[in-house]
Amino acid sequence: MTSRRALVIGGATALVVALVAPTLSAYPLTLLTQAAIVAILAMSLDVLLGYTGLPSLGHAAYFGVAAYAVGILSTDHQRGFVVCLVAGVLLATLTAALFGLLAIRASGTYFLMITLALGMVVWGLAFRWVSMTKGDNGIAGVPRPEIPLPWSLGAPLPFFYFVLAAALLAWALLGLLVRSPFGLSLMGIRESESRMRALGYNVWLHKYLAFVIAGAFAGFAGVFWAYYNGFVSPVDVQLVTSVETLLMVALGGPGTLAGPALGAAVIVFLKNFVSVYTKRWLLILGAVYIGVILFAPRGVLGAFRRDR
Amino acid sequence: MTPLGARALAAVLLAALVLPLAAPPASTAQAGPIKIGFLAPLTGPFAQIGKDMVNGTELFLDEIGRQVGGRKLELIVEDTEGQPATALNKSRKLVEQDKVHALTGGLLANVGYALQPFIDGAQIPATYPVIAADDITQRKPAKWIVRTGWTTSQPMHPFAEWVIKNTKYRKVAAIGMDYAFGYEKVGGFQRVFEEQGGQIVQKIWTPLNTNDFAPFLSQLKRDADAVLALFVGRLALQFLKQYQEAGLQGKLPLLGGGTTTDESVLPQMGDEAVGTITALHYSQAIDTPQNQKFARAFEAKAGKISSYYSEATSTNMRWITEAIKAVGGKVEDRPALLAARRKVEIKDTARGPLSVDAYGNPVQNIYVRKVERVGGKLQNTVIATIPAVSQFWKYTPDDYLKQPLVQPGLSTVQALLDMGAPTWPPSLMSPGGWVA
Amino acid sequence: MSAEFWITQTFNGLSYGALLFLLASGLSLIFGVMRIVNLAHGSYFLLGGYVGLSVIWRTHSFVLALLGGALAVALIGVGMERLFLRRLSGQTLGQVLMTIGFALIFQDLALLLWGGDPYSLPVPAALQGVVTAGGLRFPRYRIFIMVLAVVIGAALWLALDRTRVGAMIRAAVDDAEMAEGVGIRVPTVSMGVFALGAFLAALGGVIGGGFLGVYPGLDFEILPYAFVVVIVGGLGSLPGAMVGSLLVGLLDNFGKALFPELAYFTLFAPMALILALRPTGLFGRT
Repeated sequence: MTSRRALVIGGATALVVALVAPTLSAYPLTLLTQAAIVAILAMSLDVLLGYTGLPSLGHAAYFGVAAYAVGILSTDHQRGFVVCLVAGVLLATLTAALFGLLAIRASGTYFLMITLALGMVVWGLAFRWVSMTKGDNGIAGVPRPEIPLPWSLGAPLPFFYFVLAAALLAWALLGLLVRSPFGLSLMGIRESESRMRALGYNVWLHKYLAFVIAGAFAGFAGVFWAYYNGFVSPVDVQLVTSVETLLMVALGGPGTLAGPALGAAVIVFLKNFVSVYTKRWLLILGAVYIGVILFAPRGVLGAFRRDR
Repeated sequence: MTPLGARALAAVLLAALVLPLAAPPASTAQAGPIKIGFLAPLTGPFAQIGKDMVNGTELFLDEIGRQVGGRKLELIVEDTEGQPATALNKSRKLVEQDKVHALTGGLLANVGYALQPFIDGAQIPATYPVIAADDITQRKPAKWIVRTGWTTSQPMHPFAEWVIKNTKYRKVAAIGMDYAFGYEKVGGFQRVFEEQGGQIVQKIWTPLNTNDFAPFLSQLKRDADAVLALFVGRLALQFLKQYQEAGLQGKLPLLGGGTTTDESVLPQMGDEAVGTITALHYSQAIDTPQNQKFARAFEAKAGKISSYYSEATSTNMRWITEAIKAVGGKVEDRPALLAARRKVEIKDTARGPLSVDAYGNPVQNIYVRKVERVGGKLQNTVIATIPAVSQFWKYTPDDYLKQPLVQPGLSTVQALLDMGAPTWPPSLMSPGGWVA
Repeated sequence: MSAEFWITQTFNGLSYGALLFLLASGLSLIFGVMRIVNLAHGSYFLLGGYVGLSVIWRTHSFVLALLGGALAVALIGVGMERLFLRRLSGQTLGQVLMTIGFALIFQDLALLLWGGDPYSLPVPAALQGVVTAGGLRFPRYRIFIMVLAVVIGAALWLALDRTRVGAMIRAAVDDAEMAEGVGIRVPTVSMGVFALGAFLAALGGVIGGGFLGVYPGLDFEILPYAFVVVIVGGLGSLPGAMVGSLLVGLLDNFGKALFPELAYFTLFAPMALILALRPTGLFGRT
């Protein structure tokens, strides 16, 4: 699948979804909204995993840090959307910048384990720093953003379009990133670090920047997540969340951007839809996952690719 | 995988995406069944408790033949997976798609807090049978939620007074789980205990993912009169075992919050639990005909002894049906149903008489229990009953609410600053322990 | 600070480290030969505990529980490697991701088969109680864990160092291609090491069941500990796993005892330190 085809399919899907949305009732609409937000998170991890070849098991940390920023600023300090958005993304970026210094020292398997440990540090902070985060009780009552448009974001449909716009924006920006020379260098690093080094690229800097950018976009997703749920808790930064994000990317197809978005949608629906019919949804998820890896190791979308 | 195979897989996955969107919302026929949405963690680390909760509910529904006020009662159970986001989604599904007339259930405090704005926004009458987080019926009372269970600190106030009046323990070291449930329990105990002349000499908070308590146990002040332990589930199991292993059983008498020896873990314990004194609003060993009947019926149905989770949800369902009877089965009139819920009074539940206070929390008996081995099995023998206890104990609501919500004390930053203090090696036996 | 405190805490830390050694040594060895991090390793620990529970409930024999749990999970490990992981040989990332899928399946299977109640593994009376020395109490069970870990560690070391099979394993760890070149059947060695790793983890699970208990969620709770041990000790190194587990056990224990405020973070302090000084761990190889 060429990148243009991916673009067309992705764009068409978004268009279809946008057109169908007004006909849906509130519940499926909120699921779609959740899928869109999580898709941003998955795409951000794809930059790291799919394009740079760095598997992170702690990506939920930046997601959660931004969500907490929004949670704290919008409840205790009554700040509006713009302030919360900027603060959230900034905080996530700073966290990624700090953690990146530690994590990029390692490569491959060590990187996986270190990012897991770093993610757990954030989880521990979310729990322990009760005066800021209210600990495991979480922060409730995050109000929907007030924007200068005639529709209230409290209703599911306007909020969905709001989130869809954000997701498309993230997709566009990330798409530009991965097609830029920087993005191409990342892919080169994924294929062979030593070769890139021999060619004179500053591999460390590239990896580091990829890490920070991935963290920034994860934070972007986290901002909308806080508004969507109206609630932030340590669950948002726990290990399971990071693992699920990794699953989404691997399921959908690392290195395709649209793939992880699809993977995100699949997992959201699996968790919320399949669990209505059976308690064994986790088993099914694991089995689907193994099946996809076995038979489509490049993920669902990756299986269509012919240009690699 | 062939491209064809990949396309087939993609088609299947797309279908999985589209199907839930196509599911039509349920109808709202006036004389149709009364639908009640029930949220519980059916998967994840709390799956067993979720099962207990569902079993307790189903037990009561079976008893009344699944109908009330001339209409059928339909229970729709959804899995929260122990996560607030999923709980929110499932609540939306129950309210907007299944069109339930009432919502109930929930286990974790964060789920309770997360659902509160949704419930108030959707104006759906809801009850929390188990969620105990204090603030939900205190500083931020939800309009549409009635608690049919308890608050975290509710049993601890009378318990502290009982300890003062019936034991010689005046210096108590507290050790508990490092989250709000733990803080509120110890805080509740501490408030009354210290007012009546006792002293909490130490507070140790253990992380929720602890499995080796040795470093914490060695910190317990050996000159305390007793230890107050605050644990739930597998942590209670491990703590008691390691407490015995450390040689503290018998040397340092053990008090606890009710969940430390709760019936959901008691059968898996051994002699290490014997002698522990705790307080809760229920015990499987309550010696009344109502409870005996309930306990027997539950054991027959579920194959295990009844815990406070199962009693809570069973009584909760009874509460809901009493309210439905009070409005003559017209559950569509939500404000009326809510008002009726706040007025329910039942004198003969398995845990004793139950009524509700102005903030939407039960007023009920609190039982002080001691773990004993009776007939070869462990049980929480009731050694004292304190009647008509409200969440505010003997304070007026205004006085009680003036105090801030209990916090663990030191912030991490402060601890880091404290570390730099020139008292190295640290003198850990300073009075007051680690909490301001 | 009394001597009693230091001695007791050192003992606690060492005994916990001994348990971690059983868990982490397998993880480290698997990586050494196959270059993959087995994210289902915590699941092996958990499943070992559950199988051990079932065995001991039925037979009341602790030894049988140990063997039963360890062998059953070793078989699962063999199945996982032979039937699934081997199909992706060479794709290390795919293999790692696949182990996650298995971890999820094992978690749900455990819930299905044993329910959600937490259990404590009943240990034989001979291992219960305490040994008092100099006014201090040392639980017998913890002494047992340390002794067992030392015995197993020694056995592993000798096997790797002195036996032919050990030499083959070391060769495969050093350079798999060359090992193939001299006629060592690396796929068989991989399978064997994977089984061994699973065996050790499950053994740890049965033993851990005696004082940590067996309960849903243990798999993902214990996994970060295994990770920190191998990060500190270095992947693929048995001495690394030994030293790493002792260090982590001690540092975590003392950390929690001295700074309970920071109890959530004491596990990661040694890791952060190692990363700052030696990113590949004390004995690690890249």
